[in-house]
Amino acid sequence: MSDTPFVIAGRIFQSRLIIGTGKYPSHALMARAHEASGADMVTVAVRRVNISDRSRESLLDYIDTSRMFILPNTAGCYTADEAIRTARLGREAGLSNWVKLEVIGDERTLFPDNEALIEATQVLVREGFVVLPYTNDDPIACRKLQDAGAAAVMPLGAPIGSGLGIQNPNNIRIIRESARVPVIVDAGVGTASDAAIAMELGADGVLMNTAIAGAEDPVAMATAMRHAIIGGRLAYLSGRIPRKMYASASSPVEGMVGR
Amino acid sequence: MQITLNGEPYEIEQPLSLVALLDKLDIDARRVAIEHNLTIIKRHRFPEVVVGDGDQVEIVNFVGGG
Repeated sequence: MSDTPFVIAGRIFQSRLIIGTGKYPSHALMARAHEASGADMVTVAVRRVNISDRSRESLLDYIDTSRMFILPNTAGCYTADEAIRTARLGREAGLSNWVKLEVIGDERTLFPDNEALIEATQVLVREGFVVLPYTNDDPIACRKLQDAGAAAVMPLGAPIGSGLGIQNPNNIRIIRESARVPVIVDAGVGTASDAAIAMELGADGVLMNTAIAGAEDPVAMATAMRHAIIGGRLAYLSGRIPRKMYASASSPVEGMVGR
Repeated sequence: MQITLNGEPYEIEQPLSLVALLDKLDIDARRVAIEHNLTIIKRHRFPEVVVGDGDQVEIVNFVGGG
């Protein structure tokens, strides 16, 4: 089975799994999980340097930047202006003009503020950014983001860090059907089957952090996710059988002994 | 004189360049981005941009995130 490469804004990725760098018990364990995942893109957050405590080791010491593409995010931003400012800082701190754009609308759910998200996308696209917005599982919001110049759309499967899995599979399918840019399910994955389901629905990729970092064994879970993404993608490409209400025997009904 | 560094008051003896400030703070210039009075300063300009009394400086880097 041949597959088309996973391309975002002209850049080819080997893996359809994108993973985070937050919440790991240690940087060393994170590095091992990254390796096991097979991912070649990781997200990072942009934050103030801790001036009083310079002893902390740098995150970048644990990311193989020759192999991993770094995607700075604007997590924690609640306005378009804040997200734009953070994106610009991320571009200066990093090596690329890519950004995972988040504009959060509510603290409890961390659901995006789509209006502000679209506004920030327009501004950053004009400034030459490759914008990957984290958005609702709303086909109309995704269409507007695409029209605003987003290089991909990243609908949530469920609230960030919730591990609830894909809450609205039908919307993910509709988004995939209507989008001209890659669709990456971002957030909500709890375990491998959730990632496989996202891929079976036609997602081009899946982005996750907590599901791996928060697992009892992050390295094993990263391995599971790697397989789930590959399995889900293959299943999607293979053309699954239709769902039926009743049984249909797999073994011949003729030639039964003694009948 | 005093500057506001990452939101906190910070004492400096005399105006100093961003390179000198990073040096004083023991921060590797290759891994940070700096905003000086709300303007982002390109890395190649760190030696020439001078920080003085009352200035606001933000120094950010990458940390773990999703």
